[in-house]
Amino acid sequence: MTHLYLIAQIAGRTVAIDSEQVESVVDIGEVTAVPRAAGHVRGLAALRSRVVTVVDTQAALGLEQAGQVARRAVITQIEGHHYALLVDALEDVAPFDLLPLSAGVALDAAWRATGRGIVERDGEPVLAIDLVSLVPGHTAQAA
Amino acid sequence: MDDLLQEFIAETRETLEALSGEIVAWEAQPDDRARLDAIFRFVHTVKGSCGFLDLPRLARLSHAAEDVLAQVRSGNRTPDRALVNGVLAVVDRIGEIVEAIDAGTGLDDSGDDLLIAALAEGAQEVVQLGGAVAQRAPARSVRLNVDLLDRMMSGMSDMVLARNELARRLRAEDIDPAIEAALERLSLTVGEMRDTVTRTRMQKIDALFSALPRMVRDTAAGLGKSVTLHIEGADVELDREMIEVMRDPLVHIVRNAIDHGIEAPGARRTAGKRENGRLVVAARQSGNQIIVEIADDGRGIDVERLIAKAAAAGHGSENELRALSEKARLALVFLPGLSSKDEVTEISGRGVGMDVVRASIEQIGGRVELDNAPGKGLRIAIHVPLTLSIISAIVVGAGGQRFAIPRQAIEEIVTERGDAIRIDMVGGARIATVRDRRIPLIGLGRLLGISADARDEGQMLAIVNIGKGSYALAVDTVLDNEELVIKPASPAVMSTGLYAGQTLPDSGLPMLMLDVAGMAAVAGLDFSRGLGDAGADEDAAGETEVPGVPALLFADLDGVRRAVPLGIVDRVEQIDAIHIRNAAGRLRVAIDGRILPMLAQDRLPDGRVSLLRLKDGESEVAYAIEDALDIVVLPEEVIPARAPGPVGGVVLLDGEQVELLDAFWIFAEYGAGAEDGPAPLCLLAGDGDGWMAAFVRPLLESAGYRVVSELAAGETPNVVLAAAEAEGVEGQPAPLVRLRRRKAAAGKADESIYRYDRDGLLAAIESRVANGGSR
Repeated sequence: MTHLYLIAQIAGRTVAIDSEQVESVVDIGEVTAVPRAAGHVRGLAALRSRVVTVVDTQAALGLEQAGQVARRAVITQIEGHHYALLVDALEDVAPFDLLPLSAGVALDAAWRATGRGIVERDGEPVLAIDLVSLVPGHTAQAA
Repeated sequence: MDDLLQEFIAETRETLEALSGEIVAWEAQPDDRARLDAIFRFVHTVKGSCGFLDLPRLARLSHAAEDVLAQVRSGNRTPDRALVNGVLAVVDRIGEIVEAIDAGTGLDDSGDDLLIAALAEGAQEVVQLGGAVAQRAPARSVRLNVDLLDRMMSGMSDMVLARNELARRLRAEDIDPAIEAALERLSLTVGEMRDTVTRTRMQKIDALFSALPRMVRDTAAGLGKSVTLHIEGADVELDREMIEVMRDPLVHIVRNAIDHGIEAPGARRTAGKRENGRLVVAARQSGNQIIVEIADDGRGIDVERLIAKAAAAGHGSENELRALSEKARLALVFLPGLSSKDEVTEISGRGVGMDVVRASIEQIGGRVELDNAPGKGLRIAIHVPLTLSIISAIVVGAGGQRFAIPRQAIEEIVTERGDAIRIDMVGGARIATVRDRRIPLIGLGRLLGISADARDEGQMLAIVNIGKGSYALAVDTVLDNEELVIKPASPAVMSTGLYAGQTLPDSGLPMLMLDVAGMAAVAGLDFSRGLGDAGADEDAAGETEVPGVPALLFADLDGVRRAVPLGIVDRVEQIDAIHIRNAAGRLRVAIDGRILPMLAQDRLPDGRVSLLRLKDGESEVAYAIEDALDIVVLPEEVIPARAPGPVGGVVLLDGEQVELLDAFWIFAEYGAGAEDGPAPLCLLAGDGDGWMAAFVRPLLESAGYRVVSELAAGETPNVVLAAAEAEGVEGQPAPLVRLRRRKAAAGKADESIYRYDRDGLLAAIESRVANGGSR
């Protein structure tokens, strides 16, 4: 089935995010730290009157921190809570068909939990990911 | 009581609407257990509400239907067509009666007996009576979708943030005073709006508790028992939605407690208890929950009999049930259709309450806990989550970050450098000794890992009480006192166990609220022994002594050490001297968007000024001081001053004479002046151009009137104020005062007042309120 996908850069890779999981795309302002929370919780940010939990997607994937801090984020809502998942860049929104991962492809450990399939963009395969699995505290039921 | 009736009508109407589908489905399939339970719950709820609303007719009908349905539930009767029709006829009749009550019209009750008779086994099928549907009265209140309220709330918060940003940007440059004034007005309106909008969502739990005394009295009297009710924490505020959901469960539990729990006076005497049963209903906020506790000193739950009943109802063999943990055995009481009591009574039925109770509480994400002491009593605690709640909080700073602490949890705040405070290291743990009381100490910055340096961080100590003990929390600064809307944070944040929720203060930067009990747990404080016990002993010992009046000792501006009773000190804070002006005949300070009268014993210093904010419940007065020194206990002997004034007397403290402020004199002289009863209401009629609102309103308000431009429903003004030329302002049942624009009166018959004649206007209004003002 054809779905609308958001093509974004996370940790230097191009990924596709199902637009149904995306509420909006914003630039995050000042972030209030949450001491002693898990490493991928960057903190809290205000999005108009709403408080969102900012998730460092690189840390959530267990990848090394790239030096610079992303400000752009994808807002998603999971079980009544809003999360801002930091992305390096947003490239495109377009309809794609979700294809299963080719047989035998072993994803990198970091991406294995979150990969859901592949979309083909101009002949180039792009990993479609599930945002829920990137959010700490929800990983268990998503994986 | 009227409100309760309206609530009942609205609720019954709503349930009936929702139920109509169930009824039809049940009719088609009478053995459908879920449908049966839904209808059963409805009649049970109606019955419960009727009891304390005094609606005997509805009570009779619903009781009859409940009986029959209970028989069906327990399998004693099969739901045949006659029975289904009979029950449906009763449900319809309940709807008709409710509409009739709402419309204030009567409804012929001749059919009731027929309907009830039709429920009996083997009765004739009931003929559907097409009773005339009563006219619906226009509703005085509306029920709103909670979603809509949520959207209104978040829109309101957006507005506040937008206003703040606008103000910040405007203040960055020189602005036209006219724009500044407009902004001020906007701010004021936005502030008022926010309060109103917040109030639409929040309610004091008193709304839930206020009906209890009457209900307890009536229920107990009906059973020939006597019960003393204690209510605590009625001013805890929570979401209206939660209050609505908790209403029925609370009624059920209280009734159960009186009916099943508390024994008859004779039995109590035999058991060596006081004849009067004791019932305590208490609400408190704890961490991210509101807890409502209902405790009685009755006989508790008989677990053995409960097991027998559960086994008889087919929930497992007795041996299996006996093998359960104590908690699980007790939880059998929540099984549907199970009763721990044999007789069926008008009051609480068959213990069905408990499955309904648990269902409704769990529906809002709460839980019910039982604490059973057979023979001694039962304590039921309803925990509901704090979905949205306004909490009075102290904002503290640590490691450059701000956190909120619920004010309720804080016993006091002291500075680390105070004479009565010492901090020691004992076996690697830090211990604070505050006036001979030894309590564990947690450094907030260190606990959170945000101020890494090992220097003794924390200039201020907040003494925090978590119920089972107290500890001192060291913070860098104490910044503010704010009313905050607290919402639950995401699981990733809550899983730290340190936070009770998140909030978005006016600064627009999110802030976390600390969970004081959670912090103690994370820090590994163990209150089950040692220090905690010592503290408790001390408390107990303290209670037997005559407690002295605690007072705040401070250095006044003129260098004299003075004391003021702690009870009237709302807080101590610092303010820039530029906010203090000699305005309108006395010293005043602008603070928190308000102007407070102020006292100073000497010339004010430049720069920062420390202020005591004194409060007597209604009015507030600021008192400038040099520095707050300590909290002391006043000796009993106070030598009165020779002449009345701000200083009421002198006491001896540690061999030194300390002057004591006279709170009474200060409020009499500087306070707003307590009113007797509600302030008289003044209506500004036909104030098209807003002149009166701008000029007259402040004058009247400062003279103690309540001023409105439009009456709310049910309000009657004591006096009406209108311009001389305004039309259509007669017809209010209150005396009219007209204001003219010209100084000279138009003639002898002209009773109007020149609009800038301040004294004349006040005198006229005063005399008319006194003479003709019908309240």
